[in-house]
Amino acid sequence: MTITFLILAGLTIAGTVAAMGLRNLIHCVLALTLGFVGLAALYMHLGAQFAGFVQILVYIGGVAILAVFAIMTTQSAEPVTRPGSAPFWVAGTLVATGVFAVLAWAIHGSGAHGRVLPAEPVVTAQQIGFALMRGYVLPLELMGLLLTVALIGAVVVAIHERGESI
Amino acid sequence: MSPLSSYLLLSALLFSIGLAGALSRRSAILVLIGIELMLNAANLNLIAFWRYGARPEALTGVMFAIFSITVAASEAAVGLGLILAMYRHSKTTDLDKMTSMRG
Amino acid sequence: MSHVQMLDQIFVIVKHWLLAYVPAGWQPLASAVMSVVPVLILFPLLFAITTVLERKGLARLQNRYGPNRVGPFGILQPIADGVKSLTKEDIVPRSADQMVHLLAPLLLVTAAFLGYAVIPIGRGMVITDMNGGVLFFFAISSLVELAVFMAGWSSRSKYSLFGAMRAIAQMISYEVPLVLAAVVVIMAAGTLSTVSIVNAQASYSGIFPHWFVFTPWGFTGFALFMVAATAESNRSPFDLPEGESEIIAGYYIEYSGFKFALFFLGEYLGMMATSAMAITLFLGGWAAPFSFLTWVPSYFWFFAKLLALICGFIWIRGTLPRLRMDQLMNFSWKFILPMTVINIIAAGVWRFMPMGPWRWLVCSLMIAGPFIVLGRATSWQGKGVAVRKYRYAE
Repeated sequence: MTITFLILAGLTIAGTVAAMGLRNLIHCVLALTLGFVGLAALYMHLGAQFAGFVQILVYIGGVAILAVFAIMTTQSAEPVTRPGSAPFWVAGTLVATGVFAVLAWAIHGSGAHGRVLPAEPVVTAQQIGFALMRGYVLPLELMGLLLTVALIGAVVVAIHERGESI
Repeated sequence: MSPLSSYLLLSALLFSIGLAGALSRRSAILVLIGIELMLNAANLNLIAFWRYGARPEALTGVMFAIFSITVAASEAAVGLGLILAMYRHSKTTDLDKMTSMRG
Repeated sequence: MSHVQMLDQIFVIVKHWLLAYVPAGWQPLASAVMSVVPVLILFPLLFAITTVLERKGLARLQNRYGPNRVGPFGILQPIADGVKSLTKEDIVPRSADQMVHLLAPLLLVTAAFLGYAVIPIGRGMVITDMNGGVLFFFAISSLVELAVFMAGWSSRSKYSLFGAMRAIAQMISYEVPLVLAAVVVIMAAGTLSTVSIVNAQASYSGIFPHWFVFTPWGFTGFALFMVAATAESNRSPFDLPEGESEIIAGYYIEYSGFKFALFFLGEYLGMMATSAMAITLFLGGWAAPFSFLTWVPSYFWFFAKLLALICGFIWIRGTLPRLRMDQLMNFSWKFILPMTVINIIAAGVWRFMPMGPWRWLVCSLMIAGPFIVLGRATSWQGKGVAVRKYRYAE
C-alpha cells in the first residue's frame, strides 16, 4: 500500500466519518466536501483524470452547494439542542458494521489480493468523447432525458405555490 | 501501486459509513448525504475495477462512473426538492416527527 | 539558437541551468518549486498594480483624481494598503463559527492560485500541461463558490448570509454559460489541454493570426465568456452580492484586517485567472498579433493582453450601473445560456462548411439572428419600449 494511497484514504475516511458524525449540519457538508476531494484525488491516482475532475465539478460544485442551500432554507429559528442522532443509532451502526464485515470477508476470500496490474491506460478526453458518441450514445441520450425530467421534477416539487408562506 | 483489495476495502468502508449515517441520523438532509456517500463508494469500486481489469482501454469503468455521477447528482436535486416541500408542509426536517401518513 | 529565441526562452533556460545544480534525487521537487514560485510572486504583484490602476482609472472615469499622495501619481498606494490591512485589528464576532471563519479566505485564495497551474504564460512556460487542463480550471472555480458560502455563513449575521446566498446563486447561474462558451473552443481545437489550444492558434495566414476570436463563433464565445467571467468574479455590473448597499459589504462584512485583504486578493486573482483563461482560449495565449511581430518575447504578449483585459474590466466597472438580482438571473438563463448553445451549433456548422465567404455569412447570421430576437424578447418583458419621460424637481 503506497503512502499516497494511505494519505488519500485517510483524508477521505476522516471527511466521511466527520460528515456522518458531526452535529452541525453545515459542518457535515463541509466535511463531506473534503471526502469528495479525497475521492477525486483517488480517481486521479488510479488514472481516471477525467472522472476526478467531473467528480469535483459535479459533486462539490453541484451536490454540496445544493445541500448547503437546502440546509439554509430549512433551518428553523430554534437552535439545535436535541441530539443529532435518532434513539436507535446503535442499531444503525451495528447494521453498518455487519455489512462492512460481510463485504470485507468477501473481498478477502476473493482473488483480489494478488491481482496483476495491467499497463497504465492513457485516457484522453478525445477517447471519452468518441466513446460517448459511438458506443455509449444511448446512455448519453437517456442521461439527457433523465436530467431534463429531474430538473422539471425538482422545480415542480419545490415550487412556491401562490398564497402559501414559505 | 496498492493492491486492488485495498481499494475495495476502502470502498466497502465508505459504503458502510454512508449506511451508518443514513440509518441513524435524524435530519432528512443527512440521510440524503449518506445515500450520496454510498453512491460514491460504488463509483470508487467501478474505477478500481476498471484500472485493474482485463481491458482498461475499453473505458467501460470510467463511462459507468461518469453516468453514475450524473444520476447521483440528479437524484440529489430531486431529493433536496422533496425535503424542501416536506419542510414547507410541516416546518421540520426531523424524520422522527414524520410519523403520520396524513397531511 | 538565435538571440530572439533566446530572449523568448530566457526563463526556461535559466530554470534548466539552475536545475543542473540540484542533486538528481531532488530535481522533480526543485523543478516544481521553480515553476510555481514565479507565479506566486508575479500575480500578487500584478494584483497590486491592478488595485492602483483600478482606483486611478475609476477616478478618472468619474472626473476625479484618485489616490495621488503616496509616491508619484499614487503608484506606491498598494504598499500603504498592504501595511494598513496587516496592522488592522482582526475582529471575529463572538457568535461566529471560528474554524469556518478562518478557513473561508484560505480556501478562496488557494482555489484562486490553483487556477494558474494550467495557463501557458509563454512558449513552453506552463506549470503543468494537464490532459484535461480546461476542465481542471472550471472544477477549481467551483471551489470558489464554496469558499464564498463559507464566508457568508460563518459570520452568523443576516446580511452576510443573504449576501452569500445571492453571490452563490449568481455564480452558479453564470458558471454554466462560462463552461459552454469555453466548450466551443474545445470543439474547434479538439483537445482539453491549454497548451495544445494555444499552439493551435499560434499560426498565421499572411500577417493575420489564427486566433479563435477572429471567427464569428469565437467572437461571440469571447463576448459571452467575458460577460460570464465578470459575473463569476462578482464585479460590476454584477456586484450586487458585494455592494448590496454601499455600506454593507455582503458576504465579507464581518471580516477585517488581513482576512479582508485575502478576500480582496482572492477576488482579483480569480478575475485575472479567468482573464488568463479567456486569453488562452480565444485570444491566442502568448501568440503575437501579427506575423511580423513574433520577435517580441511570448510572455510580453501574454501580459499585454492580460493588462488589456483588466483595463476592459475596469472600464466596464466605471461605466455600467449595477444590475438587480432578477435582472441578472434573467440575463443569464434567458439570454446568455441560449446564446452559448446557439454559438456551439454555429461553430459546428463552421467546421463542416468549406472555407470562404459563405461560411462567414451563414455563421454570422446564425448568431446575429437569435441575438436580436432574444435581446428584444428579454428586454421588453411584454411591455413596449416607450419614450422616456423626464421629471424634474419643481
